[in-house]
Amino acid sequence: MNIENKFKTLIVKNPLTLDCGKIINNYPVAYETYGILNEKKDNAILAFHALTGDQYASGINPVTKKNGWWSHLIGPSKGIDTNKYFVICANVIGGCMGSYGPSSIDPKTNETLGINFPIITINDMVNAQYNLLEFFKIKKLFSVIGGSMGGMQVLQFISNFPDKAKTAIPIACTASHSAQNIAFNELSRQSIMADSNWKEGNYSQLNISPDKGLSVARMAAHITYLSKNGLQEKFGRNLQERDKLKFGFDADFQIESYLRYQGSIFVDRFDANSYLYITRAMDYFDLIKQFDGNLSKAFIQSKTKFFIISFTSDWLYPTPENKDIVIALNACGADVGFTEITSDKGHDSFLLNVPDFLNTIKKFLNTNYSSK
Amino acid sequence: MKKEFKIISEIIKKNTRVLDVGCGDGTLMKFLKENKNVDARGFEISKNKVQNCIGKGLSVIEGDAEKDLQQFPSASFDYAVLSQTLQAFYNPEKVIDDLLRVSKKAIVTIPNFGFWKIRLHLLLKGTMPITKNLPDEWYNTPNLHMCSIKDFFNFCSKKNIKLDQSIALNNEKTSSINTGNLNLKNLSSELGMFLIEK
Repeated sequence: MNIENKFKTLIVKNPLTLDCGKIINNYPVAYETYGILNEKKDNAILAFHALTGDQYASGINPVTKKNGWWSHLIGPSKGIDTNKYFVICANVIGGCMGSYGPSSIDPKTNETLGINFPIITINDMVNAQYNLLEFFKIKKLFSVIGGSMGGMQVLQFISNFPDKAKTAIPIACTASHSAQNIAFNELSRQSIMADSNWKEGNYSQLNISPDKGLSVARMAAHITYLSKNGLQEKFGRNLQERDKLKFGFDADFQIESYLRYQGSIFVDRFDANSYLYITRAMDYFDLIKQFDGNLSKAFIQSKTKFFIISFTSDWLYPTPENKDIVIALNACGADVGFTEITSDKGHDSFLLNVPDFLNTIKKFLNTNYSSK
Repeated sequence: MKKEFKIISEIIKKNTRVLDVGCGDGTLMKFLKENKNVDARGFEISKNKVQNCIGKGLSVIEGDAEKDLQQFPSASFDYAVLSQTLQAFYNPEKVIDDLLRVSKKAIVTIPNFGFWKIRLHLLLKGTMPITKNLPDEWYNTPNLHMCSIKDFFNFCSKKNIKLDQSIALNNEKTSSINTGNLNLKNLSSELGMFLIEK
């Protein structure tokens, strides 16, 4: 399968020196756009996706046939109104939806790269996507926005390109990936690598895939995206299509069945090696360390107006970690607003229909767009 | 806009940096931004109000001033505004200290507990006073540390805080407070407003 033909793709000619030292060039960045870029080219918003997202932020995803991952936020008359704004969303490098990643074909061997793909970082992802600005001849974005790993990309983007966005909305993220989050990612990676089908990352050549390992990885991660209260309310101890316990290891409980289902549909759309690479990029993310322990230095040159958002029940990227970003911005006199949205839906809240969240973004964007 | 905010915005000079602590719905911030070209930042504890302010394009941070003022570097603002919230803090002394650290000057407004109506209420009725500016019952009021204009005057002199301006507010009327008329103003004023610096 020639993935480059399946997706809208920019082939980046400029060489990119990755943080690991390797140089890549002529690599694909797959992207999607929503809305129309106006004549002044001042209505563009770059949306960054999270760990398992892709370029299909809105509309129908052609691979899964489901709504895009940010359909609640992006679309005509929605929080990010595509009648008004031009939204660009790219698949990160390391991903598996058309951008340069471990499932790309190595022209030398005609096989997939697998774990010969270089280790990439959040910085590399952002630098690769920056080429889209040149491609669309956009001098300055109206906004950069993203949640979770997307939020990390927002922070890195402003740090790398301080005058390239008028506003920035990092959501439910962190400036430095915590030990707990590294631990969860390691659990997911070990689960994939423990699957005998992983074959040291060379499963594609054998036409197999480590589905079991990847689905367990997804199940574990999925728990971290929800809250205890949310789970209790939605599932409690409800049994799955049975009246009593079966005294076996079948999915007796609804929550088990739900997680198994989430795991099983995930393997149909996601590449196990991409999961390894992208979680590694998240673990390596430490913007504080990039600036010698002083996060403020990352933003000192920026005139960007920040709006930082966290969620009450998010224990994966909790409010204090988001507030640390606010503190760093205040310390350098940057323009920043911050709110913690009430939601019992955990880290996943940023992807869901949480009206306070969607409305505040809508008003923030619209007021700042008209106040130029 | 209420009289109190009008006076505050007269005190604040153009093109300055202002921190509005407890900025509420952002009325004062918006006015200062639009009319005085002020670079305004707000602090607010209520989520609803924060989200409203952000929707109006105001840079407001959700948080508790008592804990979160520490994050601002020293002298990062020209003015800090604290409108009728000093009495609701656990430690007003520390809040004033913080305000005068992060900001060169602070404008503090207090509901005056020395106002005659309040004194009379307690004297005649023998119950905790309820007035326009202090509408809550003793058991549900957010106010922990009520003080009078005279108390605040004494506090400033004890703490070596310079009182640049002291203004008494009564309905729409304002007048200046000085050591000579302090006892009278303490009796006749609903609100006291002070421009202070270290």
